[in-house]
Amino acid sequence: MTLTVCIGSSCHLKGSKKVAQTFERLITENNLREKVNFHAAFCMGNCQNGISVSLDDTVYSVTPETAEEFFRREVLSRI
Amino acid sequence: MSTRKFDTKIQHLKYKVLREVARAEWADKLSEAVFTIPKYLSPGPHPTMRCCIHKERAVATERIRIAMGGDKDNPNVIEVIDIACDECPTSGYTVTDICRGCLAHRCEDVCPKGAISFKDDLHAVIDKSKCVNCGLCAKVCPYNAIINRKRPCENACKVKAISMASTGEAQINNDKCISCGACIYQCPFGAVVDKSFIVDVVRMLKDSIANKQTRVYAVIAPSISSQFSYAKLGQVISGIKALGFHTVVEAALGADMVAWDEADELAEKGFLTSSCCPAFVDFIHKNFPDMVQHVSHNPSPMVALAKYIKKSDPSAKVVFIGPCTAKKQEFRKDHAKPYVDSVMTFEELQALIDSRDLDISTMEEDVLDNASFFGRIFARSGGLSEAVGQAFKEKGSDFEAKPVVCSGIEECKLALLKASKGKMDFNFIEGMACINGCINGAGCLTHGEKNKSEVDKYGREAMEKTISDAIRYIK
Repeated sequence: MTLTVCIGSSCHLKGSKKVAQTFERLITENNLREKVNFHAAFCMGNCQNGISVSLDDTVYSVTPETAEEFFRREVLSRI
Repeated sequence: MSTRKFDTKIQHLKYKVLREVARAEWADKLSEAVFTIPKYLSPGPHPTMRCCIHKERAVATERIRIAMGGDKDNPNVIEVIDIACDECPTSGYTVTDICRGCLAHRCEDVCPKGAISFKDDLHAVIDKSKCVNCGLCAKVCPYNAIINRKRPCENACKVKAISMASTGEAQINNDKCISCGACIYQCPFGAVVDKSFIVDVVRMLKDSIANKQTRVYAVIAPSISSQFSYAKLGQVISGIKALGFHTVVEAALGADMVAWDEADELAEKGFLTSSCCPAFVDFIHKNFPDMVQHVSHNPSPMVALAKYIKKSDPSAKVVFIGPCTAKKQEFRKDHAKPYVDSVMTFEELQALIDSRDLDISTMEEDVLDNASFFGRIFARSGGLSEAVGQAFKEKGSDFEAKPVVCSGIEECKLALLKASKGKMDFNFIEGMACINGCINGAGCLTHGEKNKSEVDKYGREAMEKTISDAIRYIK
């Protein structure tokens, strides 16, 4: 599974670093380094609805506040 | 169209050619435009720039050729348009009519070669067979009546790559030229020019099919902060995206990456020169081959970031947009070729924006924020050294970086000479071929005094305050 956080300007200013930190923490806590390919990328073409996150080929919108819930709902459930 | 965007009318002329070539390529009419643009630029019937309308149009045809990539057999991105060269006089020190025919004759007394005598009208005259162009006479004349007639291009070229061909026009020695572009900005006839790849960029944008086929990334140099004085930076970003680029990323983030790694390399090797400025690196290869081993192995910020972009998005095309003509030379070298697809200057960006008739000054402001303060100040002299110092601080290293900041190729040469003789009180050479750094690059729209403070201001606006924060997720 590939999880990508957008670090393009718009998402960066909305706090994508905090989202990335949350994901990183959850990956470590749940021992998922082998299973989740975690990346950062520039711009998913969804700037208005950022912060953009993609799981394999699907793009989602999260905020620093909803990042943990998103991870539990979309990532953990598929493991 | 006014010339307010540029420092000189030569830049404006080059810009018009680039704009029209790009406009024709968007419309798939480039092959026809080759014949129509010269008439558009010089409608006649009277000449406004050269001796006759036919010469003006002939020079325009040459400019179009350069705008379409220039001479493919010449590896240098800097070219001379021979028919545009006015073959300026190169007579060296000459007595002008300001000479009063005074009684002091300081010029005669100071001349070590006895080259100065006085004509019947009591005015000084220099015997060219004896003169060695030392310039002492010019210095002592109370009227400043003696001048040095040198070609502006030769004067600008601090690596002595430009000379006069036997037929009179300027010629460039590619074995010496470092593609810094200083001659381009100084030639008052616009006879020295940088090849343009603007047609390739337009094709890349067209072929991307609205970024569905490929995604075209614009990587922008931090010196842009002082360039578009008539619009806000956010509006320039909107303009670039309106051209069809997928997104815009700061090259300064590549600079953050480079500063971080360069600190480690410096601590490991004990002595290093920077590798960000391709003209400086080329200068070392051509003049100080023994020093090549000390050039940092880090890629330039442009290449470092482009490499990351291609890793994160295999469908990406990367176009670097900056102030630099030497970058056009760099991106075609083996170490950069797989990552950077084309390079444009700010002049060319302006032409590209206007080729689509986009008025960026009325656009909404988009955002640009990827790098830290330290990555952004790479654009001006001293910024790279500050960033490397900061990287040591953030790493908690006690290694003491002792940088020498070289602004312009003459200062670079001096530092390299000292280093090659082992006589140095520094362990890091920050080399920038342009005086004051990239903010004075040949491809800049303006070369103003305020550019440094503009870059610092832009640096302070960065959301990330440290290098490690800026690069945290792109290692």
